[in-house]
Amino acid sequence: MPNFIDRRLNPKDRSLGNRQRFIRRVHDELKRSISDRVKSDRIADVDTAHGVPVPKRGADEPSFRNASTSGERQHVLPGNESFSAGDRIGKPETGGGQGVGRGPGRGEGEDDFLFVLSRDEVLDLFFEDLELPDMVKLNLKETVTYKPHRVGFTTSGTPSNINVGRTMRNSFGRRIALHRPNSKEHQELAGEIAALEGEENLSQMQRRRLAALREEIEALERKRRRIAYVDPVDVRFNRFERQPLPNANAVMFCLMDVSASMGEREKDLAKRFFVLLHLFLKRRYERIDIVFIRHTDEAREVDEETFFFSKQSGGTIVSTALEEMQRIILDRYPSNLWNIYAAQASDGDNATGDSERCAQLLRDALMKLCQYYAYVEIIDERESEIFGATDNGTALWRAYRAVESRIANFQMTRIARPADIYPVFRKLFARHKAAQPGR
Amino acid sequence: MARDATLLFESSEWNFATLSRAYDAIKEIAVGELGLDIYPNQIEVISSEQMLDAYSSIGMPLMYQHWSFGKRFAFESHLYRKGMRGLAYELVINSNPCITYLMEENTMPMQALVTAHAAFGHNHFFKNNYLFRQWTDAGAILGYMDFAKKYIAKCEERYGLAAVEGILDSAHALMDQGVFHYRRPPRLSPAKVTERARERLEYEEQAYSDLWRTLPATAGAADVEEAEQEAMERRKALHLPEENLLYFLEKNSLILEPWQREILRIVRVIAQYFYPQGQTKVMNEGCATFVHYTIINRLFDKGQISEGAMLELLASHANVVFQPSFNDPRFSGLNPYALGFAMMQDIERICMAPTAEDRDWFPDIAGNGDAMRTLIDAWENHRDESFILQYLSPALIRRFRLFHLSDRATDRFCEVASIHDERGYSAVRSALARSYDPGAHRPDIQVVDVDLLGDRRLRLQHWVKNGILLGEGERDATLGHIRRLWGYDLSLTGIDASSGAVLYECSSTDSGVVRSAS
Repeated sequence: MPNFIDRRLNPKDRSLGNRQRFIRRVHDELKRSISDRVKSDRIADVDTAHGVPVPKRGADEPSFRNASTSGERQHVLPGNESFSAGDRIGKPETGGGQGVGRGPGRGEGEDDFLFVLSRDEVLDLFFEDLELPDMVKLNLKETVTYKPHRVGFTTSGTPSNINVGRTMRNSFGRRIALHRPNSKEHQELAGEIAALEGEENLSQMQRRRLAALREEIEALERKRRRIAYVDPVDVRFNRFERQPLPNANAVMFCLMDVSASMGEREKDLAKRFFVLLHLFLKRRYERIDIVFIRHTDEAREVDEETFFFSKQSGGTIVSTALEEMQRIILDRYPSNLWNIYAAQASDGDNATGDSERCAQLLRDALMKLCQYYAYVEIIDERESEIFGATDNGTALWRAYRAVESRIANFQMTRIARPADIYPVFRKLFARHKAAQPGR
Repeated sequence: MARDATLLFESSEWNFATLSRAYDAIKEIAVGELGLDIYPNQIEVISSEQMLDAYSSIGMPLMYQHWSFGKRFAFESHLYRKGMRGLAYELVINSNPCITYLMEENTMPMQALVTAHAAFGHNHFFKNNYLFRQWTDAGAILGYMDFAKKYIAKCEERYGLAAVEGILDSAHALMDQGVFHYRRPPRLSPAKVTERARERLEYEEQAYSDLWRTLPATAGAADVEEAEQEAMERRKALHLPEENLLYFLEKNSLILEPWQREILRIVRVIAQYFYPQGQTKVMNEGCATFVHYTIINRLFDKGQISEGAMLELLASHANVVFQPSFNDPRFSGLNPYALGFAMMQDIERICMAPTAEDRDWFPDIAGNGDAMRTLIDAWENHRDESFILQYLSPALIRRFRLFHLSDRATDRFCEVASIHDERGYSAVRSALARSYDPGAHRPDIQVVDVDLLGDRRLRLQHWVKNGILLGEGERDATLGHIRRLWGYDLSLTGIDASSGAVLYECSSTDSGVVRSAS
């Protein structure tokens, strides 16, 4: 009989340390690879596990190995069908000088395997050194999240919170104090009675003794009935108090134009931008509110699902979205307590005259409330060459330029291709002032 | 035959009771009938993830942490998930007690086969083959690995991940050059090793005195003479030339800290431990495959396994010993299982039912009637090269239709040197034997000189055999690693082993650039 050991239940991920070391080793290459992947237009896929081609650089393990391109070698191979000694077999024309039938070399194939990163690892690499700027209002007063904390005991509560240990301790103390007969005493008496009853003919003494014992046991049982084993006064419950969690309140407003002028391409680009933003916020800020507003000629707050997946179209009045945002801020997010961020995506088309109104809204109202406002304009690829970074552009763009020049925490930029999204995103949310050096 | 009464297991599901029953039945045959001599067995059941784990840490149950193992794990699991490669059914470690890993996915018949294969076949080979006996210390390896893992973890804590990783990178690059091929390695005792490492560190700490730094540098004629004397002695003490580069650097590098030397030593010890495995692949697998094949047949004959289970096992066995022809797309070299198993069976045939040809070629063993004793003797006293040279029969050469191909890199063709005919048998046999001699293929690189007095330039020589040069990119990178361990300039000269002509020279210098001149 050998020694059998079942190792299957051993802790998993024994090689996690090695994996982390490997990721650190090829960190830069992995990151570049992910960014490339995102640029090559599969942004929504960011949120999944990823196969990343493992970069050769930084991960190769050199050693002295024979080059296959020199020297003379002898092979012995099986399966000769028609050769006889002295026959010559032409080598394949491709370089490399691989002899007939040489199997793939030792290192071959290892160079181009896919390294599958988990979702968390991808996102960590992806959002490295990005953060929301100016997260300043760390107001603790008006927090909204509570977490129950254990604080001592109480005499009332729900059965699920009964503290058994404490309850039994009370019960035990009370039973001692009130001299509740324990079951051992009871058993002794019962035993003695049984012994006496078992005897055939009892003496006078014994008979009297038996009667006394019966009385005694009856008194004992009465007392046991009167004094409960566990009494309601013994019961204790765990007490919980809701304690506020320190919270840097932040809300992100996502404003998207879904009017008819936004073609499939524009909507797609805008959505990709917001998908990225959404992922980033979810990943880096656990307790952040996200408000989705989409607008045509009227704006509406919608849920995440509708925002990303539902179709709608109509005319365009951008200011409606800003008004909606303002309304929500006044309604739910008092600006003295909340860090407020906003990102807006549009193709720049707007109803005549409305752009001025937008700029005015921003200047006079919203920018006083907001920490940061990012405007992303989706433009045609051909337009991107014409416009570049100049002041030219749509009415909305020009109006916003005026805002940008006056207000520091207003940023605007243009996206023409899927490949632009990631750089723009990084530009908008790059960690400022190298406040936290390193990664 | 009253089969059902004695079946070891009925279904393909296994549990520890059936495993144990099968083990006992197998042991009865292996030890009682075949006369195998084994280490005590420790059988561990693992999941596929743990098997991948074991793969990536070169099969050791305990291993220090390094990124290259993470890379290997990712690589293996990628292939596995893609279905490009199945996992081994088992993995066996040359230790005492002998540890065998069984995969939990195996069916019960497979568990029985694998137990016979690993826990008896490989186990017997590990315990008895002269190379393993001579070069590895099965009793101490697990303890040593435990020490190594803890030591390196402690170094990481103390000196930082990056510093330890750097040393390990360099040491791994020289792993193939970190083996004694002729000298017998010292035995390991982990307790003693730990103690020595601790003493080294302690001595270092005690002997350190800041005062030494303040001494003025000595210079003068008298000193030079003295220093020269010293250098002479030192050079003599270096035992040059030395082919174990890791050993040389561990002992003689002027820049390494004690803990860095200890890490080089750990890598070297592990390389040494695996040295016999590379030289006995055909025999080891042949032995284990022959043992499992014989045992399952015996079990079947005794009515202990059902016909269904036997069919499953035979199918699996046939897969293992499958040998595609050279022009088959599945061909990837000679299958050591196929060649090894065929040779073992062939020896059995020669012992029991020799032909006239066998009597000619193998007068010693032909018809001796005791196949098992002959095999056990062969397993004990050979490595692949000598085993093939000794026992590959013409009958087997014909069966495999082996032919010998001569391949010169400069030619546009390969030449068939010999085939499976009367003239070719010996040539094919010795060519095949040579191809299993790692010494003939491993780049022969030696430390030949160190000018300790002058620039401390380390001089390496590469004896180029059959004109086979080193891959240049890797060579230069590896030289960079040697330089990191040596701390001073070094040069490598390639010399043709037959003519003595210098084929190339390159050096690794301060700036880290490697200049090559052919």
